[in-house]
Amino acid sequence: MAQPASKVGTPNSGVAVAPKKGLRAWFQKRLPVDEFVEDQLTGYYAPKNFNFWYYFGVLSLVVLVLQLVTGIFLTMFYKVGEATAFDSVEFIMREVEWGWLIRYLHSTGASAFFVVVYLHMFRALLYGSYKAPRELLWLFGMAIYLALMAEAFMGYVLPWGNMSFWGAQVIVNLFGTIPAIGPGLVEWIRGDYGIADATLNRFFALHVVAIPLALLLLVTLHLVALRRVGSSNPDGIEIKEKLAANGKPVDGIPFHPYYTLKDLVGVGVFFILFSIIVFFVPTLGGLFLEAPNFEPANPLSTPEHIAPVWYFTPYYAILRAVPDQQLGALLMFASVALFLFLPWLDRSPVKSMRYRGWMSRTALAVFTVSFIVLMYLGLQPAEGLYVLLARIFTVLYFAFFLLMPIYTRIERVKPVPERVTYHAHA
Amino acid sequence: MRTHSRALAVVVMLSAALAGAPSWAADEPGAEAGHGGHGGGGWQSWRAENEVSNRASLQRGARNFMAYCQGCHSLKYVRYSRLGEDLGIPQEQLDQFLLPPGAKPADYILTTMPYADAETWFGKAPPDLSLIARSRGVDYVYQFLKTFYADPAKPTGVNNLRLEGTAMPHVLSELQGVQQAVFKTVETHGEGGQAQSARVFEKFEPLVPGRLSEAEYDAFVRDTVNFLDYVGEPTQLKRKALGIWVVLFLGVFTWLAYLLKKEYWKDVH
Repeated sequence: MAQPASKVGTPNSGVAVAPKKGLRAWFQKRLPVDEFVEDQLTGYYAPKNFNFWYYFGVLSLVVLVLQLVTGIFLTMFYKVGEATAFDSVEFIMREVEWGWLIRYLHSTGASAFFVVVYLHMFRALLYGSYKAPRELLWLFGMAIYLALMAEAFMGYVLPWGNMSFWGAQVIVNLFGTIPAIGPGLVEWIRGDYGIADATLNRFFALHVVAIPLALLLLVTLHLVALRRVGSSNPDGIEIKEKLAANGKPVDGIPFHPYYTLKDLVGVGVFFILFSIIVFFVPTLGGLFLEAPNFEPANPLSTPEHIAPVWYFTPYYAILRAVPDQQLGALLMFASVALFLFLPWLDRSPVKSMRYRGWMSRTALAVFTVSFIVLMYLGLQPAEGLYVLLARIFTVLYFAFFLLMPIYTRIERVKPVPERVTYHAHA
Repeated sequence: MRTHSRALAVVVMLSAALAGAPSWAADEPGAEAGHGGHGGGGWQSWRAENEVSNRASLQRGARNFMAYCQGCHSLKYVRYSRLGEDLGIPQEQLDQFLLPPGAKPADYILTTMPYADAETWFGKAPPDLSLIARSRGVDYVYQFLKTFYADPAKPTGVNNLRLEGTAMPHVLSELQGVQQAVFKTVETHGEGGQAQSARVFEKFEPLVPGRLSEAEYDAFVRDTVNFLDYVGEPTQLKRKALGIWVVLFLGVFTWLAYLLKKEYWKDVH
């Protein structure tokens, strides 16, 4: 393999060439602008062999910004309160200039967030990105995922449609299954004896202030931890172990301009797909915006099937697969929590699936299929064959995690090459 | 759009029904009564097949709504003026045909029926229809308006296959006429294998003729449903028209970004 071109290897230090006069110098004297750019972008070396799966980190960041910006505009017109919330959303959709666009960007953005985060997480499973030394990076990522679930759930309640109401009813009641403190806890969460005005108000506060702040903090920690350990790559090789004469990784390239430009293409493709949904199928057949939510919340009228939005349905299917409600809730919480333990459940000497044996590969395939099937089942009524299937795939889902210490240890792995696999395009 | 993604069989059957064959001829025996909607064929497979881009149809639908629905149902999120703008109804026609006496163009489309009276008369107030096409779907409304049948046991004298036990009288009976539903009793086996008998809808038979022919009534209902589809999301036409340009722009942007990326990545070996 050829050596990296000289331009790539040259330290691209902005500090050395910083001007002594002018606005930039004025700032540079008072704020480490150049050092920051050097640390985070031009001097941060990422493996050169990133593939398709490495777009979803930056896309998560893009969607986060999109949600924050559209969310700010929505709060300018949204009127929290059980008597006003639903009407104000329709007011945004019909009478606020571009309100419909802002609202659809936000509602589609919620689903898009989970699409990119799930693909980002799948990438970690595929290439062992959670393994040492990236355990803390993974944990921060999981904390982001948990915060995101809370954010999405509370956001879904705000339009105060009938599915908002009944979805909140079902999900908040899950906390009631906790022994001893359950019933009191549920009442404390709701702030009332039922899902009511008080609940809506506090969910609004949490959705627009508390959780976004937590998300920003966690994303910052996630990125800081990433800068410390460096990105993994599809080969699962630590590029820091092979340094060039200039002290930079041989298989690394500066994040800027190489990955900023590559990501720009990815962001473009993402926004094309995103716009197709926003402008042509914003409800996506009831998957992104459920039909019963176009009816105002009505405590006296239960929707035919209460189903959460698609991104929660794998866990919802696990909950309903268990006949005992308490055990079901426990399994559901466990199914999310197990991701936290992946760095320690995985005993494989190699990171990437490229060099793992058939057992790890099969396990990941079975898990992926289980997750998608459970996602589908969670959208269906819990009856007949669906219940049986949900039970089978729940077992397979858990088997992936619980058997991991065994199959990752006993399988034969392939030798990992010294250098990353990279073929320059003509 | 949900109206575009239908199985071919349904379209063929509907076309047959619209081509002049009485719509009940398209009913397959064995279609279930009630709002279970699990049976194949029959009225459950009737599709609205409306086109929101058809402005003439929307104008007719608006006229139908004002004449037959607004007496009891409001469109509380829609202003008359917005309706006029979107549907291309000139101001003088809006004043003359659509605005109730005393109403201003900027007013929301409300019903004149007092809420308390409505509750007394029907047991529950007739719902606002601004979002009915979104919450229930256009096919639901289409089927609802076409499946009223005579039922002497009901105070209104009619019942409905789509919404069994509806409190709504058949306000369109002068147009459609009144039809009789023929049910048959079918023996089925329950979960435990025990025999059950169920009342199953078989077909409609005309009882009292209406002013409109079968095809004319279908068209009337389709226009009305089309109007409600528009009302559910007045910006939908604008949304799709804008979407094409947004996607085209992003396509060009992404292509340029790709060329730039390719140029830079020439250095990477």
